[in-house]
Amino acid sequence: MRFLRPLAAAILFAAPALAPAAALAKSYKHITIATEGAYAPYNMHAPDGKLIGFEIDLGNDLCARMKITCTWVAQDWDSMIPALNAGKFDAIMDGMSITPARLKVIAFSRNYSQSPTVFLVKKGGPLATMPDTGLAVSLDDKTAADKAFAAIKPILKGKTVGVQVATIQLNLLNKYLKDTVTIRSYKTTQEHDLDLAAGRIDAALASTAYFVSTLGRPGGNAFVEVGPRFTGGLLGQGTGVGMRKSDPELKAMFDKAINAAIKDGTIKKLSLKWFKVDISPAS
Amino acid sequence: MMAELAFLFGVTRKLLGGLPLTIELVTLSVATGALLAVAMALARSASRIAAVLVSFYVFVFRGSPLLLQMFFIYYGLGQFAAVRDSFAWPALRDPTFCAILSLALNTAAYTSEILRGGLASVPSGAIEAGRAVGMSRVMLLRRVVLPLAIRQALPAYSNELIAMVKSTSLASIVTLMEVSGIAYALVSETYRAIEVLSCAGAIYLVLIVLLTRGVWLVETWLSPAGSRA
Repeated sequence: MRFLRPLAAAILFAAPALAPAAALAKSYKHITIATEGAYAPYNMHAPDGKLIGFEIDLGNDLCARMKITCTWVAQDWDSMIPALNAGKFDAIMDGMSITPARLKVIAFSRNYSQSPTVFLVKKGGPLATMPDTGLAVSLDDKTAADKAFAAIKPILKGKTVGVQVATIQLNLLNKYLKDTVTIRSYKTTQEHDLDLAAGRIDAALASTAYFVSTLGRPGGNAFVEVGPRFTGGLLGQGTGVGMRKSDPELKAMFDKAINAAIKDGTIKKLSLKWFKVDISPAS
Repeated sequence: MMAELAFLFGVTRKLLGGLPLTIELVTLSVATGALLAVAMALARSASRIAAVLVSFYVFVFRGSPLLLQMFFIYYGLGQFAAVRDSFAWPALRDPTFCAILSLALNTAAYTSEILRGGLASVPSGAIEAGRAVGMSRVMLLRRVVLPLAIRQALPAYSNELIAMVKSTSLASIVTLMEVSGIAYALVSETYRAIEVLSCAGAIYLVLIVLLTRGVWLVETWLSPAGSRA
């Protein structure tokens, strides 16, 4: 094992030399932001392969405000948080809702958008007459939530609902409608849209900001949003930038930049550009 | 430490819930695929046109990723109104059927090649010897050609069987919650990828050890002395 000694020595000497480099990284000249590129209009791939969308525009704006350079990477949704904690990139902007479960493993900036969750169904189908359509229901209000679910349960009985895996919408189905509907979970939201069109599922559950893109696509006019517009409770407090807990300085920078972007109307402007509706949070 | 063990135990128990589906996918698709492969191997030797068609089929299914094949069969076909209105829709609507279909079509392509190799390896001397003692075609096939061909093909086929067990992990893209589907869902719920995927890996490992053992027993049984030295 004699030959290992110089190696061990080299590592020991290199360690303090590396430490200042790690500390330097904390001043954040440059960060990498991950997104899915498949959650239009939050983020998507343009036909030429470039990432575009609300979050790309917003992220670039925030980076300019923070005076740092940012690189975007596309990353699968279902391994995003482990990859962040493994240091593959520094921030997540992917329509990710701030929830208590996620706050246990990562940190979030303040919210930069807030959009209710609704059902999407086929126009003229059996679920098109779902009651309480358009009614705003906060899951923080238990009586209102119980009343809303009691109203829609009869029509949903025995139906199949598609939802993206590991989302707050799946949590909603599991908590409130597990015994009423059959739940199908998909890797991406586009796949449940395809299956809704194919008639394999009776409804899809996602954020209304996402359905803007479904309704805008060719064939989108065959669908309609129905049922209450759910917010709060296990749906979290809107979407924020996900970061490692070990980067509080970065979080402070993002918080400041987002506050400024809300204040000067940038987020509202970008929201209207990409969603046609204002999903900017109240400052 | 106890909490860790309890977590791993809980995860494994949840993952085992997907095991029946994984086994169903493997057995049904392997059985269907093997039948298709035998039919194709026979068709190949029967007519030249069939041989061309079979080799084209093998070219397509061996030449493209199984993931794409599954995606096309499930999401692709469902987009056409003609398919949705056809008699086949009740079957194609079902994700389990689509997964078994694409797994079976894929393994059929590989298996038919393995069979072809096995058949080609039967020494012509053995066939001539059979003819010389007056065996009929069927008896020649049953007593000489098939035992030799299958014994030659088995090691390669056991690789294919193992690959099939692992291929079922793709079924989660068509919403099926088999062992890996459940694993991915658990990873995104708990954010503990390494622990969850290790448990899933262990389940596949045990499954494949049992399978290899089974194939080895068949191999031993088919060998002339009844055992391998």
